[in-house]
This record gives sequence, structure tokens and C-alpha cells, in this order.
Amino acid sequence: MRYIPLTQDQRRQILKEIGVSSVEELFESIPSNLRLNQPLDLPPSLSEWAVQRLLTGLAESNADSDKSPCFLGAGAYRHYIPAVVSSLGNRQEFVTAYTPYQPEVSQGTLQALFEYQTMMTQLTGLPVSNASMYDGAMATAEAALLAFRTTKKSLLAVSRALAPGYRKTLETYTRHQEITIRELPVTPEGRTDPEAVQSVLKENPAAILIQSPNFFGVIEDLSLLSSHINNTGSMLITVVNEAVSLGILKSPGDTGADIVCGDAHSMGLPISYGGPYLGFMTVKEKFLRQIPGRVVGMTVDKDRRTGFVNTLSTREQHIRREKATSNICTNQALCATVAGIFMATLGRKGLRELAFLNMKKSAYLKQRIGSLKNCRLTFTGPTFNEFAVTLNEPVERINRKLTEKGIIGGYDLSPDYPEYPDTVLLCATELTTREHIDNLISILEDLGRVS
Amino acid sequence: MRTNKNAGFFPGAQGLILEEPLIFELSVPGRTGYSIPEDDLPDLPESVMPSGNLMRDDIPGMPEVSEVDIVRHYTRLSTWNYSIDHGFYPLGSCTMKYNPKVNDRTVSLPGFANLHPLVPPKHAQGALRLMHELGEYLKEISGLDAITLQPSAGAQGELTGMLMIKAYHESRGDRDRSIVLIPDSAHGTNPASCTVAGFTTKTLTSGNDGCIDLEELQSQLNDHVAAIMLTNPNTLGIFEKNACRIARMVHDAGGLIYMDGANLNALMGIVKPGQLGADILHINLHKTFSTPHGGGGPGSGPVAVNAALEPFLPIPRVIRTDDTFAWDYDKPMSIGQMHNFYGNFGVLVRAYTYIRSMGAAGLREAAETAVINANYIRVKLREHYQIAYDRICMHECIFNDLNQQKFGVSTLDIAKRLMDYGFHPPTIYFPLIVKGALMIEPTETESIETIDQFIRAMIEIDRETKSQPDLLHQAPIRTKRKRLDETLAARNPILRWTPDLNFPSQPD
Repeated sequence: MRYIPLTQDQRRQILKEIGVSSVEELFESIPSNLRLNQPLDLPPSLSEWAVQRLLTGLAESNADSDKSPCFLGAGAYRHYIPAVVSSLGNRQEFVTAYTPYQPEVSQGTLQALFEYQTMMTQLTGLPVSNASMYDGAMATAEAALLAFRTTKKSLLAVSRALAPGYRKTLETYTRHQEITIRELPVTPEGRTDPEAVQSVLKENPAAILIQSPNFFGVIEDLSLLSSHINNTGSMLITVVNEAVSLGILKSPGDTGADIVCGDAHSMGLPISYGGPYLGFMTVKEKFLRQIPGRVVGMTVDKDRRTGFVNTLSTREQHIRREKATSNICTNQALCATVAGIFMATLGRKGLRELAFLNMKKSAYLKQRIGSLKNCRLTFTGPTFNEFAVTLNEPVERINRKLTEKGIIGGYDLSPDYPEYPDTVLLCATELTTREHIDNLISILEDLGRVS
Repeated sequence: MRTNKNAGFFPGAQGLILEEPLIFELSVPGRTGYSIPEDDLPDLPESVMPSGNLMRDDIPGMPEVSEVDIVRHYTRLSTWNYSIDHGFYPLGSCTMKYNPKVNDRTVSLPGFANLHPLVPPKHAQGALRLMHELGEYLKEISGLDAITLQPSAGAQGELTGMLMIKAYHESRGDRDRSIVLIPDSAHGTNPASCTVAGFTTKTLTSGNDGCIDLEELQSQLNDHVAAIMLTNPNTLGIFEKNACRIARMVHDAGGLIYMDGANLNALMGIVKPGQLGADILHINLHKTFSTPHGGGGPGSGPVAVNAALEPFLPIPRVIRTDDTFAWDYDKPMSIGQMHNFYGNFGVLVRAYTYIRSMGAAGLREAAETAVINANYIRVKLREHYQIAYDRICMHECIFNDLNQQKFGVSTLDIAKRLMDYGFHPPTIYFPLIVKGALMIEPTETESIETIDQFIRAMIEIDRETKSQPDLLHQAPIRTKRKRLDETLAARNPILRWTPDLNFPSQPD
């Protein structure tokens, strides 16, 4: 086998040095009646060429969103990945290292993660970042658990405009804690109802969870919501699952968030059928010792030179075991490294320009959709790079027709939100060209004429 | 006999190690290194865009650097990492085997990398087939009946499994089972995962042989025990010889067997965990199935279960009808979702590639060779280091520092000195029940020549322990940084750069 260097001669010789006559002797502690006496029922070993051909075949039977115009977002956002980001993110010194348990030989990963943490605090406006979580849904669940632990209150008020997958994961994670989840309704603007927020505050919740831009793409008025929430003893958890929006939207920290969490896959990671993505979390200083996950800190070595280590580990499972702030161990460090490279590459101006272009592309699409007779914008609130459109026939039917023209349509909202029938979420990023948009519009126009 | 005369005695040496400041210190106002796709749209009236107090003007502190700056910066940082591509990485319990390069290539295929998770299943048949088949392979390897690929890492697999155990007991009206038994040799994630799942944990003290003490187990079993979490081989590298008996005892008491599959590399193709009585098993694809660890993830922690637990698996599940694949969300008994989508799909592509490359015979050879290599290290080092449990081990062997303590040298010193010889240290001070533990897991992908180099370094360090212990206290001396002050980092946490940051390295 090509990945096993021990030769047959060496194997015989080593067994002799160990003092056994056969490899079976090494497995004698396993009851012999349970040991397999035939090979596993698996397909035969393939050459590198054959395995690559096999995988290429599987890959080619999927839709490549780079080849077809794609208007899907809904939690997975396509963006251009600069060549430097792929090239540096693939450096095998980053890829094939373990968790930096031995900092003296892991300064590369540690400094890269320290820089990632710094950039996340700059983007989100809160001072403490961890070094990654699994994905946005899990990060949101962990943020809610943090609020539950620190406030010792049991009610969580969750916007209905929080991504359905996030709400479902939150339910799974909190089911066996003393937590009640209350849903906050949405206004015709497509925003979380501020009156519902005010009224739930009377019940003293641990936290209020608001996504912005929310699942409908609408930018929430976080300053207004936080003016109600701040200083009540309840925490505001702001969720962001389109991190590119942070390049141009006011930072959640500046609009009163106590915790910001979500997903940053859209900064440099491929959409890769939903993962690996990048869960993130930033918190206020006072929650420094409550934050879950790995955290990298700056220190000095014996010669007093600057260096980095994993720190505050007394929060973590390997020290605190059942009393840890979380069970997370392996996280998404490489994804954080890549996002750090992405943020540094685009930088202060580029992140803003990218966010602006996303907003503009989507505004153009929205403007054109708004002029169609057979479509209506579902919500009136301001949006970033996606928005909801109510059609006069089922989304599935429209999407099927678009597929025939080689276009991947938007996300059908109706199964998750029966109150919005025939409604589709359309996303336009910097990868959506004017031609894609004009083409979509003319197809929708034609459909309108037919129906 | 196995030494290449032209090669150095040890790979460790001091090379051209460049210093590199923080990316923020390289920033020059107005410098850019990005290229954003063209704006092909006409100008739009401002009224159609969001504005006012929703917007920000600037992202203060974000770097302004050139493309060359970025390339040099991250390339230099990368050279300060030790990785499996550099050399031997015998971190016990982490299975740092070689990560095949063809796996990088397959995961980057455009049909996988550019596949949106919400396309209709008919446009994702290749991805769904891959997930279905990978599930089938892992079920065969584990000897269990059903599987989820959704958990993102081992600890999330544990949580998934424990939530399923909770749901299983509750579905039977058995609501008082709130206790999980965990041996004192277990990974810290085990009790932490139980807590999130709403269980309380009780520790089982291991017997003198490092295995579970059956009397101790019997005394803890009652109607409140939901499950036992068992790592097999355990973290001492020892096969739980009474695995089947333990399973019978726990099952008789109405509990379930959760098996932590962190150490599956020792068993694949040799014995199926399902036949050892496991009801639930999580598998670390980033250990046993060769996917890279990325400096701390992404991993993947599929969970395989027997038929009785199948209804509780997370949604969505991949279903196959004839030769067509789809997602099934309609599982009313399911514990729900653990991820916004389907898990770390890219990691699954790599693991699938690996299993197709290895085949059944290759996987068995991997397990056998991993065990051979660990036993070779055990017999070669036991004259120099005290072995915690001197018997045939599985894929890893555990020493302690009792011989060296007499000279004032500790496990930490030994670990740090190994770096000077060009090796990543073993896992240290774990498992907690071995004082001063050095947990060595060589894996099957290391040549005997490399392992011999490591053994010589360990023997050399033992010699230095007696002749110049102070050298070991100073170690490492050939790395980019010497021993780092972890106490200072925790006492005075500096977790980000700010323009006014006082670097701790500056003299007071």
C-alpha cells in the first residue's frame, strides 16, 4: 500500500524484535472469535489515477455554480476567492499541522489565528474573538448557552428571521438545558418586530437573538433594538451569516451587541456543499473567560521575544472536563487562517468595496424585479445582497423553468415560512454579472406574459 | 543498518528562520493588494441602496498591504509551523498520519468546491452518492447499522451520540436515566459533551491493569445509568479486554454503550466495534481516515449506530431510491440538526478518496502496521523510560518520567528537547491517570528509519538527563521561539492587536 512504508522484510524483522512470531499475536487481547477472518466488504483499492477519475466523475454530476448563473444564497454565499488566498491557504505547513499544543513549533498557525482574531474584532466591533467554531449555527447555539450560563436566566427570544437551520441547531443544543425559546415575529418591513422585543423584555430573557442581514436579507435596525435591550440585564446576540456585509454595515458592536456570532465562510472559503465553513464569535471584554473554544494570546518566550500560545485554557474541556464552557476541541482553525488571509488581502478598502459592489448588484436586481408585473418585493426594509420576492406561481415551478435555461434559481422560502407562499430569496453577489441579471429578468418577463 | 549514511543523525537543525511582524505593522495607508470583479452596472440612484445610520465609513485597523506583502507574510508564518509534511508527529490519541495529496486534488474539483448546498438534489447527485457510499463504508468498518456524517468533529459526534441516547431512553418512557459513566482515562471532551446533553457524569476508576474494573463498574450500575462512554483501545493504548462483558453488564442494567472511536486506527479491518457491543460509535475522519488537521480543524465526526438508535439520527438523512439520492427531513424522532447544512462536506470527500485508495486490505494493513510500529517503540524505549503498563500495546504506548525525575527532568523538558532534534513531541500529561505521561502514537505511515531516528533522539535525551539536565530545562533552543510564558498569557490576556498595544516583549 502506497502510504505504508514498512516493507515485508522489515515487518518480519520488527516483529522479531518485538518478540512475537506473528502480527496476530499483537492482537491477542481481542477475543479471537470476534477478530475478522475475512476482509471488510469494501470496494477494491484503486490507483491514484483511477481514484481521481472516479471522483472527477462524481464531481461532474453536480451543478458547478461557476458555470451556471446562480441566485442562491440563504446562508451560503458565493464570492470570488483571490489566487493568493487559495495558494497560501493551501500551504501544507498550515494544512497538515495539528492543534498548536506545542507553541514553540506552531508559531505560524498561532500568529495567523491571533491576526484573524484581531480582524474579527475590527469587523464586528467587539474586543474579544475566539479562534473559530464549527459553523454559524453551532456558534449561535454556543452564544445562547453563554448567555444562559452568565445571566442564569432561562428564556431566549429568537427572531423568526434567524436562519431556520440556525434555529433548528439552537433547539438541538438547548433541548436538555432549562431553556425556553420564544419566537419574535417579523414586520411587513421584513424586520424583527420592535414591539415584540419590548414586550418580551418584560419577561427578563437571557438574550435576544437577532440576525442582520436577516434570513430575508433585510438589514435590521440594530440601534433601535439595542436601545430597548441594553441595560435591561438581557443580552443582545447579533448573528451575521453573510460576513462580507460587515465591510459596509455598521458593526454590530457599535450597535449595542453583547455577542456577535455567525459564519464567515464567505470570506475566502469555497461553498463546498455547505462545509467546512467558519463559525465565529466575538464578545464584550467582560465575557472573556466565558467564551467557548480556542483563544490565542500574545506572550513572551524565555528571551522575552514576542510569541503566541493557546490561552485561557482553564475554560476548556481538557482541563475543566464536565465543567467546561463548551465541549469543543477540534474547531475550524484552517478556515479561520484562510479567512484571515482573505481579510488581510482585501484590507481596509477592499472589504468595503466588495460589500458595496454586492449591495449594488443586488439593488440593481431588486430594481429590475420591482418593475415586473408578475413579481412583488415581499418586504419593504433595506437589504444587503439578497431579498425576498413573491411570485404569482409556486417557486418550484419557476425554478424548474430557470433550470431548463441553465440558471440556478433562488431559495424557496415557503416550506420554512408558510406565511410567505410563492416567495423566493434571490441573492446577487459580485459574481452575478449584469448579463445574468438581465437574462433572468427577461425570462421572468416572458413567464409573466405566458401565465 | 537502517541508517542512511548521507543523512543527518537527526533532522533538527537551525536554518534560515526569518522574523516577521504582525500584518498590522506592515500596513501603509493607501496601499492595496486586491482585485475586485468589475462593476458592469450603470450608476444607481442612491435611494435604492441602504444608507444612513445602518452604514459604516471605515474599518479602522484593518491592514492595507500589497499582494507581495501578503505572500511573504503568510509564507514566513507557515515556515514556523511543524507539520506532518515536515516529519514525525507522534501525538498520542491524535493519529497524525500522512495526508495524501490526491485528497487535496479531489476536494478542489469544481463540481464539489462550487456546489451550493441548497441546489435541488438532482443537481447534487454526485455529492449525495459520495455521502451515501462513504456512510456505507463506515458502517461496514464499524459493524453498525446506520450513520450520520453531520458532526463537524469528534466532540460534536459525542454530543450527537449522547443526545441520541437521551432521546432513546425518553422514547421508552425511561426518564430517570441521567447518569453517564466515564473511565478516568477518558478524553476531556467526553464529560464536557455529556454536560451539554444534560447528563451528569460519574468517573470510573481504572483497575491496576489500566482497564475498566468490573467490580467498580458493577457497583455503579443502576436504573439511573443511561450509558457508559468507552474508548477502545483506551487512552493507555490498551484494548479493553472485557469489552463484551462490560457491554453485557451495561445492557443488562438498561444502559447503552457509547464508544469513542478516537482510536479506531488500531481496529479497522481487525474487529468491528459493533461486535464488541458498541451501540454508538463516533469516528474521527481527521484521525483514522487521513484528512488533514489544519492546525486545529476542520475535522469531521460521523456517528454510527445500531438499528435501535437509527430513528434518532440527526436530520437531514441521505436516502437512496433505486439509483437516485435525496435528502430526507421527515424523521419525527430525530434529535434535529447539528449543523446549518450537512457537515464538513469537504472533509468527507477526502475521507472517501482515502478509503477508495486503500481498499479493505490497505485499511487492515494500516491498523496492523500502526500497532507494529507502536510496539517497536515500546520495546526499544522501555530500558530508558518507565513504561506505564508493560504489555503488548495497540497503536500507541505510554511512558512516564519517573526515571528522569530523579535527575530533575520532567516530561515537559523531554518534550521540549525533542523539538531540538527535529521531532514533534508526543502528547504529554495525558491520560491524566499516568503521572508525567508521554503518549506516543507513531501511526502506520512512518518508515522504520524515521522511527529509529526518533528512538535515538529519545535515548540521547535520556543520556542528557543524567549528564546535563540543565540543557533540558532550557530546551528547546533550536526553534524560532524558546519556551513561551503561558502563565503570563493567561494572567494578562492580549488577544488582539490594537494601535496602542504595549507588547509584552518590550522591557518594562
